[in-house]
Amino acid sequence: MTATTRKTIECPVAGGDDNERYSLRMGPQHPATHGVLRVDLELDGETIIECTPQVGYLHRGFEKLAENRTYAQALILTDRLDYIAAMSNNVGYCVAVEKLLGISVPMRAQYIRTIVGEMSRLCSHLLWLATHALDIGAMTVFLYCFREREILIDLFEELCGARLTFSYPRIGGVRQDVTARFINELERFLHLFPSKIEEYETLIDTNRIWLKRTVGVGVVSGEEALALGLTGACLRGSGVDYDLRKHQPYDAYDQVEFEVPLGSDGDIYARYRCRMEEMHQSVRIIQQCIDQLPPGPIVGEDAPDLVMPNRAPARVEVGSSRYGTGLIRLIKEREVYLSGDTYVATEVPKGELGFYFISDGSNKPYRMHIRSPSFIHIGSLATIARGELIADLIANIGSLDVVLGESDR
Amino acid sequence: MESMAIADRLQAQFPEEILKKDEFQGQVGICIRPGRVVDILRWLRDTDDLRMNHLRSLCGVDNARRKDPSLTRFEVVYNLYSIFHRHEIRVRAALTEDAPCIDSVVCLWTGANWLERETYDLMGIQFNGHPDLRRILLPEDWEGHPLRKEYPLKGRGEWVGMTDLLTQIKELDKYAFDPKKTDSRQRGPRLSNEEGGL
Repeated sequence: MTATTRKTIECPVAGGDDNERYSLRMGPQHPATHGVLRVDLELDGETIIECTPQVGYLHRGFEKLAENRTYAQALILTDRLDYIAAMSNNVGYCVAVEKLLGISVPMRAQYIRTIVGEMSRLCSHLLWLATHALDIGAMTVFLYCFREREILIDLFEELCGARLTFSYPRIGGVRQDVTARFINELERFLHLFPSKIEEYETLIDTNRIWLKRTVGVGVVSGEEALALGLTGACLRGSGVDYDLRKHQPYDAYDQVEFEVPLGSDGDIYARYRCRMEEMHQSVRIIQQCIDQLPPGPIVGEDAPDLVMPNRAPARVEVGSSRYGTGLIRLIKEREVYLSGDTYVATEVPKGELGFYFISDGSNKPYRMHIRSPSFIHIGSLATIARGELIADLIANIGSLDVVLGESDR
Repeated sequence: MESMAIADRLQAQFPEEILKKDEFQGQVGICIRPGRVVDILRWLRDTDDLRMNHLRSLCGVDNARRKDPSLTRFEVVYNLYSIFHRHEIRVRAALTEDAPCIDSVVCLWTGANWLERETYDLMGIQFNGHPDLRRILLPEDWEGHPLRKEYPLKGRGEWVGMTDLLTQIKELDKYAFDPKKTDSRQRGPRLSNEEGGL
């Protein structure tokens, strides 16, 4: 038997003296910050006195890039915003451009876009729940959520061939029609999924540790949330009824019935309950869309150049009056690129994603501003986390549900 | 309330400040002088039957390449929405080229803090009375404001901080692991490629 050796380590200990402060730089490589978010902290013991989030590590200049690309080309940039729910971003971009240029979308395409938008909401909420629970310490939920998320991603692959960056919704419609196999598989998933949500809830909903970490932590009142510009589940958790699917319905949301879950306490638990309930509502919306899915075209008549051509354009003979590609025909018939400005927002899983476009009559946006919910949510982190414990900061970041690709653009 | 009716009421309230109104695709934009922007937005937010309490977005626009001669060089655009009454309006403050500055609205919406920082960073518009006007997305020693139209899409050389960074990396290289210099007795036997290792 050997005698146990004892090591003494000298480390700075805060506390005792009231004026003693401790600076800590959390991130950008910290796993609990969900990407490249850096938070500079001023601590007194474990209490946060000052919290300064720093973003910009993932800035790719999308707004500048979009000014130098046509409307159809700029679509792929939106995939890279919120890469967890790329489909929702695509839909948001297409809805905004359609409003700007006055392009009509056939009913079938609207329903398909509603379906994929809600599937994308499920994907995002599952990933949020998985990582949020992992941050707080409920490790089991992670793999449960990824099990169901995998089914959804397989369905997306069946639909358009991609698993992460889709570019499936196009301006004026969608890229391809849905197959019968896709609908069958999706219905099987919808049948199965509500029981899975209950499974997650049995794991954490009344778990004593979960409640201690979430109830009464990170409280934001309704007025405060509005002043901070919070949207999505973060605003609804504080009891403010604001959901763009109800307020300014786009696609097929005015054709389906669903409820907007509201919280009242404005703490992490209220936001968690809102998102869990939203998953139930998403299932309801998708089921109704499948039941009502009308037949018909999937691409609008007046937007042929903005989607991928399905057949090769006919050759244009010199001097003939026939026009080969849809683009030339369209410009002859009506002025497609109007001048003016619009702001159109859609409800993506993270909150309100808005596109402010200025068009000067050319085929490229003169100015595209992206109102990204994650950017504004991270901006509010300083107010929410001040005065709380450092461990609660992790829970708060998870609960705000931020994605840095969308924040930094 | 109809957006145009809101614009008319705003014009009645602040007749001096309104430059013009326009409507496009059912959305109404009001162009104002920048001087009393805080008063105008506070009036829109606090008047009982308007209650524009949600600042949806705030961004800057560079009008250098637009054909309309009535436009000034810069604009700051506020998109407002009323969650209670479900109506919206857009306020565009016209700024001149020589002094692109406007009063900050952080006193009305604390969330405008980062939006104004972003506009300052990318468009170079100053916000008077902003509590913490620094660059946000770009490094602090970045030169120029990328969203201005004269700023090129590419081809401006390296970022000045990059040379510093590269010299720092070179200095750190002398501490890098080099298997030839390492004492083999401490590190244990190590096979080179010729001897068949790895």
